[in-house]
Amino acid sequence: MTVTTQPIETASAIPSATRVSLTRILVLEAHAECMRLMRTPAFSLPVIGFPPLFYVLFGLVLAPAHASSTVGQVMLATFIAFGVMAPGLFGLGVTLAIDRDRGLLTLKRALPMPPGAYLLAKLVMAMLFAATISLVLMLLAITLGHVVLGLFEYGALLALSMLGVLPFCGLGLLVGTFVKGQAAPAVINLVYLPMSFLSGVLLPLSILPHIVAQLAPLWPAYHLVQLALAAVGRGHSATGPHLLVLAGMTGLFFGIARSRLQTHG
Amino acid sequence: MITDSGTAATLDGVVKRYGSTTALDGVGLRIERGRVTALLGANGAGKSTSVAVLLGLTRPDAGSVSLLGSSPQLLATRRRIGVMLQSAALPDTLRVRELLRLTASYYPNPKPIAEVVRSGGIGELLGRLYGKLSGGQQRRVQFALAVCGRPELLFLDEPTTGLDIEAREMVWSVIRALVAQGCAVLLTTHYLEEAEALAHRVAVLVRGRIVADGTLDEVRAQGVRRRISCITRVPPEHTRSWPGVSAARRQQERLEIEATVAEPVVRRLLDLDPDLSGLEVRRAGLAEAFIQLTREVA
Repeated sequence: MTVTTQPIETASAIPSATRVSLTRILVLEAHAECMRLMRTPAFSLPVIGFPPLFYVLFGLVLAPAHASSTVGQVMLATFIAFGVMAPGLFGLGVTLAIDRDRGLLTLKRALPMPPGAYLLAKLVMAMLFAATISLVLMLLAITLGHVVLGLFEYGALLALSMLGVLPFCGLGLLVGTFVKGQAAPAVINLVYLPMSFLSGVLLPLSILPHIVAQLAPLWPAYHLVQLALAAVGRGHSATGPHLLVLAGMTGLFFGIARSRLQTHG
Repeated sequence: MITDSGTAATLDGVVKRYGSTTALDGVGLRIERGRVTALLGANGAGKSTSVAVLLGLTRPDAGSVSLLGSSPQLLATRRRIGVMLQSAALPDTLRVRELLRLTASYYPNPKPIAEVVRSGGIGELLGRLYGKLSGGQQRRVQFALAVCGRPELLFLDEPTTGLDIEAREMVWSVIRALVAQGCAVLLTTHYLEEAEALAHRVAVLVRGRIVADGTLDEVRAQGVRRRISCITRVPPEHTRSWPGVSAARRQQERLEIEATVAEPVVRRLLDLDPDLSGLEVRRAGLAEAFIQLTREVA
């Protein structure tokens, strides 16, 4: 197969290319995925809007009046971890379940769409949403929260949010292979909300029962929070094991989801 | 332009089972270039499974499938086909232009947008969201997407459901133009009228088996050939034993007879009742043949 790279088509004309460009397909597929979800307020409003809203409320308005700069940094790190979860879980889980239900996945498989383009486009979409949420939170932290971090720390948080969305993409995808489209948001909320509270993202583990804290490492969100804290210099442990666990979970979720899609369509 | 002739796709002795249900039971089907092949069957007869096997969406348990001389699993093969599936809903929040641009990007040599827009009659829809379109407009968009890649083989599943007469005629004319250029078309439809208008070849599926396969005339001939209707005092019971008569019944004042050949029956009716009036003889259509074929097997 010959692969060429062409500029992104912005005009209304369909190009009369004589070869198929994988890059172009991926760009168009990812653009379509982003536009599709941006134009779905039931997705875009809570996914992009809730983390900044909660951050302003709990991290800024209700924060202790004389909180140290450390508290501000920890708040920013944990809310970025919180914001990163939703685009992966909902963006992949709900759309996959709907695409399966409505026959779009079948049509895509019948069309000459290169293998992997469908999934890669969704991953790119989730990474862009995660980066957007992360940037909005950073902007709020700098302007309203007076959080002070170095350029490197901000860069690390941004990179972490874009890569950290991947295990949640895998988990969302996996859930999406089990449930029907209409049930998907509710089922994913059953994963999302408990995980947010039981993994130390929205509540410190120190105020939760001991057993909850002990089980927290089973949630991918726990490891993401630890990495986010490390990115702002407030980590409690080495980052290597957390990275390894997240990479392993990502591989596991995608592996099972792929196997289920091949078996059940 | 496709100039070579021959077979575009085949199913050969294909068996497909889902658990204890046999969806396809030794199906053989040939789709020719430059021809419209209609695959007919009631719901659950195996049409969708046949198409799924041809498209490589599912693998047969036995038998073989060939798509443009190759495996349907290969991307290079699928770049030469166009697909319109009735059951596939496109994303509601994408604009028609975005859908066209994306689908066209899958193909090595897609048609220019002006041609695609003309094919589907979708010029005024380009900037609109797919979910805001009417059912008929969505079908036109799906049809445009199916033909945008200059397919050599086109799969059309109920292509004109929900279309008004004008739009249906336009779709039919595009299909005929594609076929004239050598494109092979597999049409699955419930509308026998559509099959009758477009198909060169008809295959009838009943419970996973092909029970009729031939030209339109050949399949029509497998059903009732003539339908005779007249106002007469001859009772239906009297005619049922006549040679070639398969059924006779009274419909209000009219006698309705189904027969393989009309002339001897008409002659005997006129001999028995010189006052016979309102005589109508018409050739039975594909619908009658289809009903008879499916009834016989069931």
